[in-house]
Amino acid sequence: MMAELGLAALWLAAALAILQLVTGIWSMRAPELVAITGAVRPVTILQAVFAALSFTVLLYLFAVTDLSVELVAANSHTAKPLLYKITGAWGNHEGSMLLWVTVMALSGALIAGVEYRLPERTMQAVLACQGFVAAGFYAFLLFSSNPFARLPQPLAEGNGLNPLLQDVGLALHPPTLYIGYVGLSVAFSFAVGALVTRQVTPDFARAMRPWVLGAWVFLTLGITAGSYWAYYELGWGGWWFWDPVENASLMPWLAATALLHSVSVLAARDALRTWTLMLGVLAFSMSMLGTFLVRSGILTSVHAFAVDPQRGTFILILLAIYIGGALLLFALRAGAVAEGERFSVASRESALVVNNVLLTAILGIVLLGTLYPLLAEAFGERVSVGPPYFNLVGAIFALPMLAVLAIGPLLRWRRDSLQRISRPLIVLAAVGGAALVLTAVLFGVGFLPLAGLVLAAVLAVASVMPLSGRNLRRVPLAVWGMVAAHLGVAAALFGMASESAFTSERLVALAPGQATQVGPWQVRFAAVQPVAGPNWTALEARLEARIGTGAPVVLTPQARSFWAPAQQTTEAALATSWNGQLYAVMGGAADDGRWQIRLWWKPFVTFIWYGGGLIALGGALSLAGRVADDLKRRRVRARGARRRAQMVPA
Amino acid sequence: MTRTLSLAAAALAACLIAWTAVPAAAQDALPPAPYAYRELDDSRQEAAARALMHDLRCVTCQGQSIADSDAPMAGDMRHFVRTRIAAGQNAEEVRGWLEQRYGDYISYRPSFGRATWPLFVLPVLLGLIALVIILRRVGGTRSAVQ
Repeated sequence: MMAELGLAALWLAAALAILQLVTGIWSMRAPELVAITGAVRPVTILQAVFAALSFTVLLYLFAVTDLSVELVAANSHTAKPLLYKITGAWGNHEGSMLLWVTVMALSGALIAGVEYRLPERTMQAVLACQGFVAAGFYAFLLFSSNPFARLPQPLAEGNGLNPLLQDVGLALHPPTLYIGYVGLSVAFSFAVGALVTRQVTPDFARAMRPWVLGAWVFLTLGITAGSYWAYYELGWGGWWFWDPVENASLMPWLAATALLHSVSVLAARDALRTWTLMLGVLAFSMSMLGTFLVRSGILTSVHAFAVDPQRGTFILILLAIYIGGALLLFALRAGAVAEGERFSVASRESALVVNNVLLTAILGIVLLGTLYPLLAEAFGERVSVGPPYFNLVGAIFALPMLAVLAIGPLLRWRRDSLQRISRPLIVLAAVGGAALVLTAVLFGVGFLPLAGLVLAAVLAVASVMPLSGRNLRRVPLAVWGMVAAHLGVAAALFGMASESAFTSERLVALAPGQATQVGPWQVRFAAVQPVAGPNWTALEARLEARIGTGAPVVLTPQARSFWAPAQQTTEAALATSWNGQLYAVMGGAADDGRWQIRLWWKPFVTFIWYGGGLIALGGALSLAGRVADDLKRRRVRARGARRRAQMVPA
Repeated sequence: MTRTLSLAAAALAACLIAWTAVPAAAQDALPPAPYAYRELDDSRQEAAARALMHDLRCVTCQGQSIADSDAPMAGDMRHFVRTRIAAGQNAEEVRGWLEQRYGDYISYRPSFGRATWPLFVLPVLLGLIALVIILRRVGGTRSAVQ
């Protein structure tokens, strides 16, 4: 009964999405029909209610492990802890697509509920577009990925969930990532709405900015959480592998980052109008492309768990309609939208243009490297594009981008000169020179990590410079946000470069009682013992690590055996200190009573995720500042209106 | 009817998988090659071997390098890389040998060739386009302001 309720709710939500499209277009055509124009927002909200109901039903089915439902039987198991039963609801193709449309519906409802700054016609176009996109993905769910299909006979026991997914990471990473990923649909619809009504103004940008910021914050958090999850869960010490699925989340982030800056230029200076619309279309297009890559099973990667070509074709058609349609609209209308205000070479706008173009170029490189192996395979050639390619080619564009990122915030809008900021520039050059000499002389590191370390030092200093000489209590929240985010970039860059330059690794076979050395740590293998969890048993090593004669830190890596499904995994153990992480993995037993132990000492690796968190925090601060400003402006405007109303009778 | 058929097909497929899995499992039961899970004594050689292992693709798991994979095949390849490096070959020779044998697919670092040239030409093109856009946007508007 519950499964049928979920399915009925999903059908209703799909029907409401189509109604949303129809009423949206109709009310643009006939603004005098109040019955129609007044219906667009309620329909949008109702669509979200039914989508959320459908998703809640799926959560319930997983929570109670209803084994008469095909999806639950295929992906869950009664012996799983409740948390993983619930999170398992989106640890599969159908469930994650349902989460996708639910987020899409909720973000649509959010703008329908609170967004009143746009011209009404633009808003109707926005909601129509939102309904149009949602309708396609509902169709995809209902016709090729129904999560509520029943089995002819309920199974006695389910197949269980991939043990790698049985982790809190699954509770955090996909929902945050999807809120970001799909939240960008709002920016897409805004861009389409503005192209339809040809109204691209600073007011439009101010309305668009918080939605972009919000999605971007979640996307940043989602990617950061996913990276850390992969790092500790997969047990090989890597935090980013340029895997197509990782790239699928990075590409919308790159586009959204560019969009975020471009929309700020539009809001502050009424420049870069078409560029902002283009990026708005691009960001969510990359989200949809990512969905296609991950969900079509076209990739063979550690992340792709489902393979079904029929689904791939379906999503490909949706992509062609939505991305193709939006690009066509852009091509037809972009000429009608004037580019806006001009600016000189040395100005903050110019720096932002350079960064936008370079971010988009990096996006192009990632796209090329991700899709090329697929294209080559279609022509019968098998090639691999991996970290060595992305790191080098990406860096060619990223290094100048980061250099401009250091200088841009120091420049004034519209017109400035490098002479005016010569003093900060000299300071930055000195910091860079000192960092270069220090790292090059003290440690022999490769070119890319060296460039990363130097740029990180420069960027860290540069990012706080906009605060110098200001009364800190009067600095707007949005400026704090910018400072935090840029400092986060410096921190993440430092972590990446340090991890790449200074990691030490040991792979040893030890008998209990023996010790080894990795980096500054002496690690003693004290004992091995069996332990049991709710749905696994494991062998656990007890490692005592110490630096010099310091107090020992105990690490307990495990080699786990799950029984549903039967699978072996390794649970890495991590010891975090302020200056890095010691990472331990337990391998198999050698025949002479020794055990394989793999150890890494990764100096400052944690800065990668601190940086990611700081970037997201910056976005959140900026969002809070913008919303507070907007509310204040609204209050002032309302007070003014009241006064005028009072004066009329007199 | 189709349901029963598909169930039967699934059962058949499961049997086939189970049947083919037997020799594979037997193979997996062999102890891993000595240098699959053992470092070379010379730390510089080990570092060179490790750097190369991160660039080589595990052909059975896909999406992982042989340095990161626990697959038996990856272990054999690690053994191969370590013993070759220990025998005095440099990393590029080993990579070349593997590329000849397994094709470009084995290496995560594509080398310029008949099937890979767009990977190198397109970024150059992209760089030029980026430069043109930047110059047009930024340079072309100078007179408008002054």
